[in-house]
Amino acid sequence: MSTFTGTGRLARLAVRRDRIRLGIWVLGTPLIGYALAESVAGLYPDEQTRLGYAETVITSVVARAFNGPIASTELGAVVVTESYLTLALLAALLSTFAVIRHTRQNEETGRAELLGAAPVGRYALLTAALVVVVGANLMAAALLALALVGTGLPVAGSVAAAAAIGGVGVAFTGVAAVTAQLSVTSRGANALAAATVGVAFLLRAAGDVLGERGAGGTRLDSAWPSWLSPLGWGTQIRAFGAERWWVLALPLALLVAGIAVAYLLAERRDVGAGLLAARRGPARAAAGLLSPAGLTWRLHRGALAGWAVAVGVLGLAMGVAGNEVDAMIAENPQAAEVIAQLGGGAELVDAYLAAMLGLFALTIGAYVVQALLRTRNDESDGILEALLATAVSRTRWLGTQVLGAILGASALVLLAGVTTGLGYGAAAGDPIGWAVELAGAALLRLPALLVVAGVVTALFGVLPRWSVALSWTLLIAFLLLGQLGPVLDLPQAVLDLSPYTHVPSVPATDPTLLPLLTLTAAAAALLTLGLVTYRRRDLTV
Amino acid sequence: MSVISIDNLVKTFGSVRALDGLDLRVEPGEVHGFLGPNGAGKSTTIRILLGLLRRDSGQVRVLDGDPWRDAVALHRRLAYVPGDVNLWPNLSGGEAIDLFGALRGGLDERRRDELLRRFDLDPTKKCRTYSKGNRQKVAIVAAFASDVELYVLDEPTSGLDPLMEAVFQEEVRQLTRAGASVLLSSHVLAEVEALCDRVSIIREGRIVESGTLAELRHLARTTVTVETVRPLTGVTDLPGVHEVRAVDGRVRLEVEPAHLDTLLGHLVRFQVRALTSAPPTLEELFLRHYGDTVNGGGDR
Repeated sequence: MSTFTGTGRLARLAVRRDRIRLGIWVLGTPLIGYALAESVAGLYPDEQTRLGYAETVITSVVARAFNGPIASTELGAVVVTESYLTLALLAALLSTFAVIRHTRQNEETGRAELLGAAPVGRYALLTAALVVVVGANLMAAALLALALVGTGLPVAGSVAAAAAIGGVGVAFTGVAAVTAQLSVTSRGANALAAATVGVAFLLRAAGDVLGERGAGGTRLDSAWPSWLSPLGWGTQIRAFGAERWWVLALPLALLVAGIAVAYLLAERRDVGAGLLAARRGPARAAAGLLSPAGLTWRLHRGALAGWAVAVGVLGLAMGVAGNEVDAMIAENPQAAEVIAQLGGGAELVDAYLAAMLGLFALTIGAYVVQALLRTRNDESDGILEALLATAVSRTRWLGTQVLGAILGASALVLLAGVTTGLGYGAAAGDPIGWAVELAGAALLRLPALLVVAGVVTALFGVLPRWSVALSWTLLIAFLLLGQLGPVLDLPQAVLDLSPYTHVPSVPATDPTLLPLLTLTAAAAALLTLGLVTYRRRDLTV
Repeated sequence: MSVISIDNLVKTFGSVRALDGLDLRVEPGEVHGFLGPNGAGKSTTIRILLGLLRRDSGQVRVLDGDPWRDAVALHRRLAYVPGDVNLWPNLSGGEAIDLFGALRGGLDERRRDELLRRFDLDPTKKCRTYSKGNRQKVAIVAAFASDVELYVLDEPTSGLDPLMEAVFQEEVRQLTRAGASVLLSSHVLAEVEALCDRVSIIREGRIVESGTLAELRHLARTTVTVETVRPLTGVTDLPGVHEVRAVDGRVRLEVEPAHLDTLLGHLVRFQVRALTSAPPTLEELFLRHYGDTVNGGGDR
């Protein structure tokens, strides 16, 4: 028996387990690419507008930090700059989660042990996961290239752009292969890999912020930190500019290195073990743990701390970047239009700050979903059963979870407002004043998050088995409606489906009470529905 | 007043009838064995008793309360050990024990320490690093250190080694000495035989046999092996005698308890040289009800 025996079967098993996830990934990537390319073609139809766009990217720190560099004034180059971050982050995170799902999670649940006892080679499980994830990346990239060519873009550039996205996925496949060996829990392995994505994002952003105008004046040449980041490599291919195909060797090299390290680690450790050893805990529980609220805090504090750090750092960065908005706008009416659309009109700085707070509220929605779905995970794991067999009522437990998620989200939203305000005020003057104003503005987004909490709770009560998939799907739908809706010119009725559409875009507009009350009432109705149905239903595995 | 009384309980999951008119009584102070193979409905019954599932029809009373409506009040008075114990991976075992105890309404500190020692459990390890047996110990310690009236144990020892099994049995006896009642779902027959005052056997969602072990034995055939001086004849024609076989000059047969007397009257005429009689083991009782699933068709 070789160390790879059974790889083919395990790969088929992984595809069978994930046929829906993989399908959405492989088909969703080209769909998003197609939609973005079409809408960009509408926004920047001629050389003149694209010159303006390139000028914005080259002169604006904000644009460089978030969108990355631009390779030329070709339509395709604008499409890449506008879509790269979305598609690259999707590829990076989906690859990471998929690798860990089929490696460490299998070990954690004991499935790997069951498989390992069958005639299956030592490396088979890891190899099968890598084959499936790399395969999914290649298929998604191939379809993305076709989709871009389908919108009328040149073939070479389209292939380069798609390969850049595929390369990011492949690179992070290699990263996840290693983190899956390091941590004993899939949660920990996911967190490690996601942190790597975050660092890669920051390095790329730093490299692009420090970049300089390149030859010809319509290109941005990134500085060295971009070259340290797998997310940076994708932009260095310069699709639709003078393509540098050799850059594609970098993600491949990282994949190969990651696989080599992972095999080496897998060879040296036992099934279920990791390199980061599990620590011991106290023999007695602290008094603070001994209640539903105490337990909830204990279970969520780690994740909340991670979110707080991320939100705080991003808030400061976004705030500091806000000082450039005015300068950038003076030179570029198109960008002004986009920001004004996102922010809902009004003063450009205010529009920018409002757009950033809106983004934070959307992102923090993920915290709410994640925190509340924990109860569903506990239910399917059987933990909830043991818990509810004690003198804790269902209402009390779920109520504590909802309250915990809402309090956590409130703290994060507040933090986002304060840090953005401090960052902006640090350069513009009056940091405290700005922090207070933006904290208030940020809190006005809370009703939308209450609705998200309500939706998850209602799904958990009514459709427990589907609640995980549906909750995330809905949140992503809200995100897409918020981000792409205005760009794609969707009808208002469709945009109205997202609670985020209804929160007043303060400080760009004046606060209005009615939508906040409506949202809060909707949230209350959904929460009640969830609590009542949950109280009346069977526990479901 | 029974501690648990169930009458004609029905529970369906979609088209599957998991419980089909189940009756069960657990009396105060007894250890009641709840026997049945996987999928017979033991855990479903227990989940209904704990208010985790809703019954479709039938009467269920636990400690004179309604397990669904009065769940919280009842859970203060009972403790539960699930068969498949899952715990919060990032809590230590000691924390999990304290937590369960506190959520149930208090824990006997002295008992907690004593049980940790007796079950040889390290409370400082994180739950994710425990084996199945150790996770079960956490649940057992948390339950047994609670001073409650009823203990509901769903295959609590499936991951314990024989040494710990012995400790478990002693601790269960101690619970009943203190006046508590125990519902013990199990398929470890030796454990049931050692611990249980009464036994109910469940099959396909119904109780097919219920009573003390003595009563159940009384219903079942006794195995008799006899050696006679003169060749034994005519036993096959006797009422209540089955499975007659000649083995090494001896005859082995099974006889219904009601006809034991007739059989003995017949045997003495052939000059009995040796005779052994064995009451049915619990395993035989059990297999009588499941024999057809074990040896496909069955002859008992």
